[in-house]
Amino acid sequence: MGKIHTRYGDGSPVELEESEVMRDLENGTQDAAERGNVPALSKEEIQHLFDIFSSPYRFVGVEPGKEIVLSYDGTPIKLSRTQVNVDRLQCLQIYEKLLGADTLEMGYLDYSFKPIKSMVTYEQPLIEQILSVTTAPVFYGAMPNLPLYTQPDGPFPNPAELLPQGKIEEARASYEESVEHAVRDIVYVSSALYECGADAIILDTVGAAGDADYLASLKATEVLKEKYPQMCVELGMAGEFVLGMHGEMTYNGELLAGMYPHEQVKVAEKAGVTIFGPVVNTNTNESSPWNVSRAITYMKACCEVANIPVHVNMGMGVGAMTVHDHPPLDMASRASKAMVEICRLDGL
Amino acid sequence: MGDPLGMAITHAVASGMGGMRAAGDLVARMQIARGMRIDEAKKYVADKLNVSVRDLTDPIIMNEVRDDLGLGILHPNVRSPKCMEAKFNIARLLDIEINCVNRFKEKASL
Repeated sequence: MGKIHTRYGDGSPVELEESEVMRDLENGTQDAAERGNVPALSKEEIQHLFDIFSSPYRFVGVEPGKEIVLSYDGTPIKLSRTQVNVDRLQCLQIYEKLLGADTLEMGYLDYSFKPIKSMVTYEQPLIEQILSVTTAPVFYGAMPNLPLYTQPDGPFPNPAELLPQGKIEEARASYEESVEHAVRDIVYVSSALYECGADAIILDTVGAAGDADYLASLKATEVLKEKYPQMCVELGMAGEFVLGMHGEMTYNGELLAGMYPHEQVKVAEKAGVTIFGPVVNTNTNESSPWNVSRAITYMKACCEVANIPVHVNMGMGVGAMTVHDHPPLDMASRASKAMVEICRLDGL
Repeated sequence: MGDPLGMAITHAVASGMGGMRAAGDLVARMQIARGMRIDEAKKYVADKLNVSVRDLTDPIIMNEVRDDLGLGILHPNVRSPKCMEAKFNIARLLDIEINCVNRFKEKASL
């Protein structure tokens, strides 16, 4: 029995026995199946994952013909973080011409709809210029980021302060008012960018503040699709299940709190979302085989019930990608190949 | 988060369609414009370009096809359609609406 070089969820390297890799693959899918009430992976799928992890090569890829489309979030921010001094227009040209990007994503450094609203007139001419010097579809992305609507950053009382005091109704009222304001800001900014020619809008990190955050995004999508029936809205989630911070918020009669990806995608479809981006969080204490197996179990169930394209989130710390600024290529490529080959997904 | 080499480039090389190097942007357009899932989108684009689905990720074949059809290439010649010009051709060839193309036409009174 040989040893297999792999990683933990935080990216640190580890060598596991073949039996340990197989055990982690089985435990990972079982964990997702139990939590999400979805089918576990089959023996054949587990064996396929084992084959991917036991491959001796430092980098692996999907079989020809199984390639998928890539979309992005916070693209210009990536280059700013690494202190590459190019403007956002050049950043998108780099992604298009040098990084093999299928789609481009324009976004502001303060990546939330609320701060963008006050300076959207500066975003409009820039996206017009970007659209005139690129060929690939250009998305505009930002987060609903509901906490920006509560004190000290916004007008409403802070639920994080109210809840520990037992002020449940006051906290719920705050969330409900935040939703209405967030919907207005998302619609305002998205309309402004779409009317300048943007190909699509990305609502990113949806649900980071819980069910209210998700509801705001669904409602905003509904308004936007009513206003612009041709508009493409990509909705990317923040976590694997919707946190019930409010606890009683519903969309079309469906309780949002506690929804897993295969349930989230159905309400997203009802709201008019064009492309759905589900998330599974990476557990840093478990091995990469465990995380990959677990993530794929959730994503496979989501892809199977979806009627719209699904772009699984596989950025840092999600979709079994390691929680580190510099994802190791051995692990990232294995996660990428495994996710694409087992799920019937449409993009990453 | 994540540096582009570890994240964007890894996915592009391991699983991506190659963007403008091949036909990734065109397949993406069918997801955007028609909400097509991946297999349907690939077949639609392949049929429109008169190539096989497998050819869609081949940069040698696709560069020639894109150049012939004026769909934009990585190293365009002086007279090659580029950017907005290429998007006019993409919209016509794929029979889809492209938002910025329509707005360009409207503003230029075309």
